[in-house]
Amino acid sequence: MPGADKEADLTERIEAFLADLKRGGCGTGPIRGSGETARETTALLRKVTAQARWSSAGDLMEIIRKEGRRMTAAQPSETTVGNMVLRVLKIIREEYARSRGSSEETDQQESLHKLLTSGGLSDENFRQHYVHLKANVIEAINELLTELEGTTDNIAMQALEHIHSNEVIMTVGRSRTVEAFLKDAARKRKFHVIVAECAPFCQGHEMATNLSKASIETTVIADAAIFAVMSRVNKVIIGTQTVLANGGLRAVNGTHTVALAARHHSTPLIVCAPMFKLSPQFPNEEDTFHKFVSPHEVLPFTEGEILSKVNVHCPVFDYVPPELITLFISNIGGNAPSYIYRLMSELYHPEDHDL
Amino acid sequence: GTSVVVYMVPQYSSIHIAAVVVSMFSTIICGFLFLLVVKRLPEHVQVDDPAVVKRLAKKLERQQIPLRSDYGYKVSLFSHLHQYSRKAPLTQLLSIPSTVIHPSIVRLGLQYSQGIVAGSNARSVALLHAFKQVIRDYTTPPNEELSRDLVNKLKPYISFLNQCRPLSASMGNAIKYIKKEISNIPSQCKEEEAKTKLLTCIDRYIEEKIVLAAKAISKYAIEKISDGDVILVYGYSSLVNNILCEAFEKSRKFRVIVVDSRPRLEGREALRRLVQRGISCTYVLISALSYILPEVSKVFLGAHALLANGYVMSRVGTSQIALVARTYNVPVLVCCETYKFCERVQTDSFVSNELDDPDDLMVTRKGKTQLENWQDVSSLGLLNLVYDVTPPDFVDLVITDLGMIPCTSVPVVLRVKNLDQ
Repeated sequence: MPGADKEADLTERIEAFLADLKRGGCGTGPIRGSGETARETTALLRKVTAQARWSSAGDLMEIIRKEGRRMTAAQPSETTVGNMVLRVLKIIREEYARSRGSSEETDQQESLHKLLTSGGLSDENFRQHYVHLKANVIEAINELLTELEGTTDNIAMQALEHIHSNEVIMTVGRSRTVEAFLKDAARKRKFHVIVAECAPFCQGHEMATNLSKASIETTVIADAAIFAVMSRVNKVIIGTQTVLANGGLRAVNGTHTVALAARHHSTPLIVCAPMFKLSPQFPNEEDTFHKFVSPHEVLPFTEGEILSKVNVHCPVFDYVPPELITLFISNIGGNAPSYIYRLMSELYHPEDHDL
Repeated sequence: GTSVVVYMVPQYSSIHIAAVVVSMFSTIICGFLFLLVVKRLPEHVQVDDPAVVKRLAKKLERQQIPLRSDYGYKVSLFSHLHQYSRKAPLTQLLSIPSTVIHPSIVRLGLQYSQGIVAGSNARSVALLHAFKQVIRDYTTPPNEELSRDLVNKLKPYISFLNQCRPLSASMGNAIKYIKKEISNIPSQCKEEEAKTKLLTCIDRYIEEKIVLAAKAISKYAIEKISDGDVILVYGYSSLVNNILCEAFEKSRKFRVIVVDSRPRLEGREALRRLVQRGISCTYVLISALSYILPEVSKVFLGAHALLANGYVMSRVGTSQIALVARTYNVPVLVCCETYKFCERVQTDSFVSNELDDPDDLMVTRKGKTQLENWQDVSSLGLLNLVYDVTPPDFVDLVITDLGMIPCTSVPVVLRVKNLDQ
């Protein structure tokens, strides 16, 4: 039966995706970039919408939530998966509201008056059936996919507004977004880039080779020299893994040091992050914020005698507080860190924040 | 002076000329005095000046020492410094047999350039032992005085060592001391007597300035270590290791976090020695500093030299540690013997530094070396800095053998020392 086949196919694809997530985010730098993860998640959710059996928006949202919970559980540190699920949920809510014909009001808690008077807002149970809802939702998800495909180019287009000639720019580790950003500026302007190698994975080396192939003057430095050379740097441009709800960053380890050194020398810190990296999480103090990988990267097994007597840590991420950041450049333009909470309220619905 | 005189007597042209001549003469004399008072800029920070390089080449040719050539593409910010490759040591260019340079000095130079002897205390002690051997093997030629001839004999050795690896501040001070001692040998002293005198002087210098100083510093530092402390150290400093081992023997309860950095990875040596004593240690790389600092109660750092404006010159990465520690309000204590105090001043890590072999930055991960052909790519440069300077506002206390002083008291100590001598 074709229906059963399609269902089996769907579950197979989801299982393959989950297995890939579990393997792929092993911290030695994602084998897939977060952009690809976002696109695959969205494509998968579109397939779920198309093939799963649902009659009302509420059912669909339940199904998506269930799948979303499974996907985020596979690799909790890969926040783009959860972000895409939240975007799709928001799309469903919007399409449902449009089908109902209710005005395109932002039905979030805009004012205290609304909070107090419209207590019945949460009675919205999405039970109505609309014929065209499925097609509308799938079309909206397609738009989302097109947006995702263009994010890197949109960010790179803004490069010439921020980089002038004869600048010295510092960056940390490897970020595809920053690489495209710098390459775009290099087409018209001449500047110098200093790349901190970011031990122990040394992804900075790959970034430096790619940049030098585009004829950009590049210098590779060790992590220990970041503060020493910072006095000659005009701008620091970095990428990040996640942008948190308070405007802070969860970025590759070593970024907090770069941010502190930049603040000491009053150098602007610019973060290039596409919108799909914006996550409704807040930073917390517990160790659940951090992710660790095998300490073998730091102290190899060849140091055998002392290994058993020593604690070795290899954290992957760093938290950078929003006070140290000057500007966010995303595919919708430049923003200050204090504006991030508004962007978040436009992208995600507050009731979805806990999947 | 010129302008005032000219204004006063504009109409007398002969007096005008005389005034100009007098003022020129006075400026020349002032310039001369200025040169006498301020030390000449060392050659190893003037690599971009071809006149200086030529002068050095002539001097080395006279002393029969080969000139070491730079290696690889140098980052433009550092074009005034040398950058050598470890694979091309100076000793390969020496002719065999080499009669000019004493064999123990040749061995020492090779050990310096290959990094076998590293760390400012170790380098100074090795240098002094090599000089002791030189003095033992020395015989005064006829019609020469020991006090002058020995100093002249030492000059090519010092140039050779400088070519192998630029001298550290501690080595510079040690050499100054030896030269002074040699020149103070009275001319009627017999050769054997003079030699024994010099050997005892050197032994006393090592004993006082390094060994006893370390004991005094440990005594002060142990007062600052309390039970339950979590102490962070960076890289390998023989002095800080000494302090920690002694504190452990005096039964203080603490644990140590060793921070290390590529490409030298000196922290592993410190880790091995501490673990052997039984101290409980944690090991991280410098990029994990923000993660580990909330656990730390004190930071102990070693120093390569203390500059006269209060800046601490130490292994690259030290200033970063002090910066992040200041952000988390963790006290930073620098331990340094007084013989490393230096009259130079410096405000950033660029004007005077050392560039190590750039190939050290390459790393092979999963069978792939990303930067393997970095020489072929014209726009790619690797920078391997050795030292950096930490501003005094990041350092809370300096522990020396004279006591615990703030960073800004360094010129006071230097002045006191100069008066003593």
